Amino acid sequence: MTFDAQQVQDVLIIVVTAATPLLIAAVGELVVERSGVLNLGVEGMMIIGAATGFAAGYSTDSTLVGVAAGVISGAILAAIFAFLTLGLAANQVASGLALTILGRGVANLIGASFVGLKRTPAPHLHIPGLSDIPLIGKLIFGEDFFVYFGLLLTGAVAYWLMRTRSGLTLRAIGDNHASGHSLGVPVRRIRLLAVLFGGGCAGLAGSYLSLAYTPFWSPDMTAGRGWIALALVVFASWKPWRALAGALLFGGVTVLQLVFQTWGVPIPPQFLASLPYLTTIAVLVVLSIRDIRGAAAPASLGIPFIPDR
Amino acid sequence: MRIDLEARPKRSALREILSPVVALIVAIVIGGVVVAIMGRSPLAAFDVYFVEPLSQSYSLQAIAVKAAPLILIAVGLAFCYRANLWNIGAEGQFIAGGALGGWLGLVTHDGAYQAIGSWWILPAMMLLGILGGVLYAMIPAALRVWLNVSEILTSLMLVYVAQLTLDWLVRGPWKDPQGFNFPVTVNFDPEATLPILFDGGTLHLGVLFAPIVVIIAAVVFSKTIFGFQVRLAGSSPKAARFGGFDDKRIAFAAFAISGGLAGLAGIAEVSGKIGQLLTTISPGYGFSAIIVAFLGRLSPVGIFIGGLVLAVTFVGGEDAQIALKLPGDMTLAFQGVLLICVLAADVLARYRLRFRLGGKA
Repeated sequence: MTFDAQQVQDVLIIVVTAATPLLIAAVGELVVERSGVLNLGVEGMMIIGAATGFAAGYSTDSTLVGVAAGVISGAILAAIFAFLTLGLAANQVASGLALTILGRGVANLIGASFVGLKRTPAPHLHIPGLSDIPLIGKLIFGEDFFVYFGLLLTGAVAYWLMRTRSGLTLRAIGDNHASGHSLGVPVRRIRLLAVLFGGGCAGLAGSYLSLAYTPFWSPDMTAGRGWIALALVVFASWKPWRALAGALLFGGVTVLQLVFQTWGVPIPPQFLASLPYLTTIAVLVVLSIRDIRGAAAPASLGIPFIPDR
Repeated sequence: MRIDLEARPKRSALREILSPVVALIVAIVIGGVVVAIMGRSPLAAFDVYFVEPLSQSYSLQAIAVKAAPLILIAVGLAFCYRANLWNIGAEGQFIAGGALGGWLGLVTHDGAYQAIGSWWILPAMMLLGILGGVLYAMIPAALRVWLNVSEILTSLMLVYVAQLTLDWLVRGPWKDPQGFNFPVTVNFDPEATLPILFDGGTLHLGVLFAPIVVIIAAVVFSKTIFGFQVRLAGSSPKAARFGGFDDKRIAFAAFAISGGLAGLAGIAEVSGKIGQLLTTISPGYGFSAIIVAFLGRLSPVGIFIGGLVLAVTFVGGEDAQIALKLPGDMTLAFQGVLLICVLAADVLARYRLRFRLGGKA
């Protein structure tokens, strides 16, 4: 079996589209974790973004309205999480799990009346001339706008975290909230904003699935992508650009399934479908052997903060 | 506005018992509002969800059959969560136990091995179920203890792997050859099926595992050194290490108990309720059990009550689909709201809230 150059481009385009929701959700969660909060509810915020995104996009026939609905619903769930963990200093792991369960339930309620409906996928960039360049035109200049936004987001977050004063403050409270508090930094307010940002990103990533990737709604369509995004943050050692590399790797694993299927490799489809999950475990193991994790994790990650005024 | 938390000067037993009750009431009120928004009568919904299931013999049995796996799994999770180990993959351990125990039900099908008697089949199935759950839980445990890999992510990833593997087994090598190509296995022999306790009912022997395990776990937590070690390892790991406790051994033990009980729940469900293997053998028990564990405040007796409450919502949810045309996912959403209320109430039992206008957070 040989690939011609055209097929290589087609495969790469699938890699990019599979990587995009993972990237957007992971970059959002990365900011949350850098501020010292562990929100395990990414899966829940993603699935509700997918449901409301499709519902709003279908009802108004506008992809943009769908995207906005996805972002807002993700942020609303994140606000509940923030109330629990920042306002009440509740256990972050348990609160994140609660968010996942709630998100799945509410998303399936919202999506119930939209099962089986289809809409045209989100528009792709088309620059006459450039998008028509053979072999690379479609890959570089012909993606849907989520893809470009994901890259922009990664770059912006990387710059903001590492090169600006407010980014430094966020990282500082993630490493030591008590010191930040004693210097007069509004720890909980910054964390609230970070959590809301993460929720918005997860909701956006979810709406990508139902507005561009498939483009329809089906229950549990996120299929663990939120959890993989969480693993990506660890994989990336809490650095945005590495999240991009990780997202492309996982996108590649997804495509491997399709490639194997088209080649007719006699491997059960269930095994191929479990590849992303097994890869996640393998990657986490390899990373821990190299002990990158301990060095890079924000020191206050997951520890509740109760200001003693 | 800012919210300040002020630790209450002393813990109150009454307040800690009341907090999950208050959480349940608040969750029911929120659920009622949602039902009203969806254009149904909240009172009728309350009746269908929480009153009718408790008023009929068959639905009481259905509650017990649903509560048993939730309680078994949640008691196991309590060991992990008390030790500050976040096993959230009980759903996968449930499937692993159901599949490994169910395998024996398949190979003994149609009176095979009848020559050496059949009394051993059911006990062996239960043991295999426990073994399957334990082995599957050892993966995240070993990765956590030896390599410091987050058990949260690995245990959850393994849920998907377990679901897909069972799907493959039942559609592939374990499929009933005479099953008209349906993705099901053969039915187990009566010797491989947990007996029904009352004629014509649905209550099977496996349901009794739950109260037995609750009693044993309550004793372990309150009366044994191991129970103390688990609690101390979670609440103050430094003190535990200083006291010379082997935290690695405690972690493996907590995961083994958790996986074993989930596996037992799995094989009891397969052998007692389903009677064969299907591509899906759990309506999310492993995840709902997380809610049960917190609703019961991680204590075995509390979990017993919490398991019954969640089982009522499962049974009531099925009735509501028929009686009120409310979607089945209502139950899942309600369970999510309930867990959030439980977590919030738990904090309020320990802290006082002070609201201040203005000022920085």
